Amino acid sequence: MSRLGVLALQGGYDAHAKALRDLGHAVDEVRTADELAAVEGLVLPGGESTTHLILIDRFALEAPLRAFVASGKPVLATCCGLILCAAEVVSPPQKSFGWVDVTVARNAWGRQVHSFEDTADPDSALGPVGLLFIRAPRIQRVGTGVQVLATYRGEPVLVRQGNVTAGAFHPELTKDRSVHAAVFGRG
Amino acid sequence: MDVSTFPAKVGLAEMLKGGVIMDVVNAEQARIAQEAGATAVMALERVPAQIRKDGGVARASDPAMIKSIQEAVSIPVMAKCRIGHFIEARILEALEVDFIDESEVLTPADEDFHIEKHSFKVPFVCGCRDLGEALRRIGEGAAMLRTKGEAGTGNIVEGVRHLRTLRSQIRRLTQLSPEELMTEAKNLGAPYDLVKWVAANGKLPVPNFAAGGIATPADAALCMALGAEAVFVGSGIFLAEDSRKRAKAIVDATTYWQDAKKLAEISTGLGAGMPGIEMSKLNENDRMAKRGW
Repeated sequence: MSRLGVLALQGGYDAHAKALRDLGHAVDEVRTADELAAVEGLVLPGGESTTHLILIDRFALEAPLRAFVASGKPVLATCCGLILCAAEVVSPPQKSFGWVDVTVARNAWGRQVHSFEDTADPDSALGPVGLLFIRAPRIQRVGTGVQVLATYRGEPVLVRQGNVTAGAFHPELTKDRSVHAAVFGRG
Repeated sequence: MDVSTFPAKVGLAEMLKGGVIMDVVNAEQARIAQEAGATAVMALERVPAQIRKDGGVARASDPAMIKSIQEAVSIPVMAKCRIGHFIEARILEALEVDFIDESEVLTPADEDFHIEKHSFKVPFVCGCRDLGEALRRIGEGAAMLRTKGEAGTGNIVEGVRHLRTLRSQIRRLTQLSPEELMTEAKNLGAPYDLVKWVAANGKLPVPNFAAGGIATPADAALCMALGAEAVFVGSGIFLAEDSRKRAKAIVDATTYWQDAKKLAEISTGLGAGMPGIEMSKLNENDRMAKRGW
């Protein structure tokens, strides 16, 4: 059986691993290039994007991550993961990998006291998926090659370009497994 | 739109897992912490070792100082209020800090009652020494726990004791039969429904981090190995000889705690750590972990 990986440098790796196991997948935590080479799909979880960028740089993981994305294997990126994948990051501007042609503003829903739950617009491609936003980023611009899979009040919250699906919310923290299933299928 | 639900509060704690939350006393330290890879900072006026040295009453920080730190960094900013001081907590909530630590490191405002935390929009973290204390705080609404350890000592021994106590008490609960759980709830002084939840799931219903006495990368890795899901570091970083280097090393060790070879590299050449305190030299009345119940 193929194994899926969750990048476990820091952040919501536990909850993603549980969500994938709910769907019947075997899951490994990924912290090194060798561990990354052993998995057939990857989650870039939520957490702090500044911390992730520092650890990716300090432990030379950028090239292996770029190679993994280029291989065409499925990738799901949430919250901080979306920020890492974006073409451009603002407020404040910071480095990103450019795997999805979107512009993302960090912490754009406000501080923690404004974090909230709701459901996606019913006419979303993926349907009214459960949404949980935590100090979440907002997608301000969507490039032409990018497909919008879910919107909230008309604004894109889940997008896909090629093999990378990226969301501003936390599907791993709700009971709704439709986002994980749409990216990785069932095990 | 349901704002500040309990899942949203616990969700932020989930996002801090595997990371290091650092005590900082000004904007410059906050920037150093963020550049080292901290997942959050705890804004306070004096680190615990300094509070110990100075004596007197330790209170919540000046809002001006908290605001200057919020402006300096993009990572979450936490702040401490005194145990039971719900007005200090309301002030911190109005400042929109991302987490409030109802903390034994400050001088308690109430010796009988902790804050009722469900009625706040901001999530709370509280200290615990054992399972009963942990479940009482969750019952009051805490979205995250941290073992207390003994803050400001640079000595991990109490932190280890609290992590091991919690782990063995959780393991014990999973072995009990259903009719034993009410008596166990009585003995622990903990809410029955939470005792049942822990017995069924073999873990706490909210994330548990380690705090108190972490001074080296190896200390952080030890806490992770004993079941902590992230670490708080107070005096251990900014009272060390080279705080930038030590901060980075503790971040790295918290991620790679299972890799002894990496830990050896990470621990190399950090300069002197903070001066520590041996527990038998500490007056019983000076123990912060005893505050709260």
